[in-house]
Amino acid sequence: MSDNQERSALTEAVYYILLALHNPMHGYGIMQFIREISKERLNLGAGTLYGALNTLMEKGWIRAVENEWDSRKKEYEITERGKQVVQNELLRLQELLDNGSRIVREDKK
Amino acid sequence: MKHTIHKVMVNYEKEEKWLNEMGAIGMNFIHYTWCTYLFEEGKPGEYIYRIELLKNNARHPESVAYIRFMEELGIECVSTCLSWVYFKKKAADGPFDLFSDYDSKIAHYSRVSKFSAVGFVIVAFWGVYNVILPFVLPGNVISSLNLILGIMDLILAAALAPTYFSYRGKMKKLKADRQLRE
Repeated sequence: MSDNQERSALTEAVYYILLALHNPMHGYGIMQFIREISKERLNLGAGTLYGALNTLMEKGWIRAVENEWDSRKKEYEITERGKQVVQNELLRLQELLDNGSRIVREDKK
Repeated sequence: MKHTIHKVMVNYEKEEKWLNEMGAIGMNFIHYTWCTYLFEEGKPGEYIYRIELLKNNARHPESVAYIRFMEELGIECVSTCLSWVYFKKKAADGPFDLFSDYDSKIAHYSRVSKFSAVGFVIVAFWGVYNVILPFVLPGNVISSLNLILGIMDLILAAALAPTYFSYRGKMKKLKADRQLRE
């Protein structure tokens, strides 16, 4: 994957999954986290979550963690690479927000 | 108490809607095999039902892993048929959708439209073949049976065609929206 694509926008689902996995979590936890943090605006589809988790693992942005107590439930956590992706996304979102509010503010004057 | 309903459904979205309507009046869907739906009386509106066409047969290891993941989310696999899987989740546990972004919705419509296209070709071919056969081999019991079978296949094909176009239309709309929104 090229650097260019690496810097393009994340989907809302991927962005929130990466945020959720700053603490190790299993699938159910991720869905609950996203519902709560988005104030119930975003309800992640179960199939969408499954596809996103597999793609993120393939890319090495998240990894599965061994669960000592319950090996049936798979837990995931973000990797250093994933954290870097989130940092880049925050910069991109900040730029969008700054430019948007500046231009809209000027327009109102 | 259990109830059996025989019904031919060619559009999975209508089928899903019907199962949820049945659930709303306390008829909980519990099993499907070839046009036969089994229901059990229960609490009205206890479950939300969703139907998905998987990439592989439901017994394929990838499908098994997927169904297991769903169970971790509190989603039960009610029944499977070929690559189709029927899920249910307790309505009290909040909303239940399988796909929430454009890409996964489009991928699913693409799968179901291919499935209905293949189904259409098979039943249409089989229908025409069976309707023509009685005229080639006239005057026996087998030929009139062929005629009935053929007509049934053609009716099925006639139902599958609009289903295919309905999926394609929704897929096209989602693709157009994806140009503008995430």
